Amino acid sequence: MFGNHAGFIFAAYGIAILVIVVLFVWIVVDGRSQRRQLADLESRGVRRRSERSVDGGTA
Amino acid sequence: MRLIDYANPTRFLGLSAALLPWLAAVTAITFAVGLYMVFFVAPADYQQGETVKIMYIHVPFAWLSMFCYMTMAASAFGTLVWRHPLADVSAKCAAPIGAAFTFLALATGSLWGKPMWGTWWVWDARLTSVLVLFIMYLGLIALQETIEDPARAAKASAILTLVGVVNIPIIKFSVDWWNTLHQPSSVFRMGGSTIATSMLVPLLVMAVAFTLLFLVFHLMAMRNEILRRRIRAMRMIEAAGAE
Repeated sequence: MFGNHAGFIFAAYGIAILVIVVLFVWIVVDGRSQRRQLADLESRGVRRRSERSVDGGTA
Repeated sequence: MRLIDYANPTRFLGLSAALLPWLAAVTAITFAVGLYMVFFVAPADYQQGETVKIMYIHVPFAWLSMFCYMTMAASAFGTLVWRHPLADVSAKCAAPIGAAFTFLALATGSLWGKPMWGTWWVWDARLTSVLVLFIMYLGLIALQETIEDPARAAKASAILTLVGVVNIPIIKFSVDWWNTLHQPSSVFRMGGSTIATSMLVPLLVMAVAFTLLFLVFHLMAMRNEILRRRIRAMRMIEAAGAE
């Protein structure tokens, strides 16, 4: 179906899928790590300045 | 509400959270349609044979390598002129995605070049200028990671990004300005496309699919970066309170 150069075609699509999957996993793992750290800080009562002003100055 | 109001990081987080599932679904559907056309509809090329299938990913990667850089350049302009934090977030997050797409343009081009040209690589103007673009992406990522203060890193990388824009027209017109082994433009050119519609349509569908993929990745990475900066600010507040 893919002629004499099937190996080159599969290698091109394979490397494309691999790089895109690695990029996607990296972004998802990074996002989970950031949300976990943010939740940890919030659970300790740390608030951003803008949030504290909304809360009426309470930290 | 004006468009600029959406550039507020908190509003951006809300808007992107609502938009991302829909954008991801449209991306998946576009890829399904594009890949079906590539593998079951598009004919083999009379010269390249089935190897032309590599072009359906190589060309979008090459376009996106430049599109990502122009996104970074527009964001860098926003950083320097309006000093908008979201502009810097956009520039920083586009760099790794642009580097990945540029690497894939080079790799898939090489995998096409070996059976078609008889060589993996030639130092012609198009290939060399795209390699320079890849190195520029790596340099910008390194610069952003090296400077600890985000404001200073943003300014330095914005200046370097705008200087590097000079490479984009060189890439685009290299095949016209110099004698290159790489073929001249066949889609966006004066006098219209030289590609048969049966091949042009799948190519454009795949280009749209990869552009949507870039938007999905970029929005996701920008959300992560906004959270990273919030965490940094909160840690500084916590450290200041502990003193």
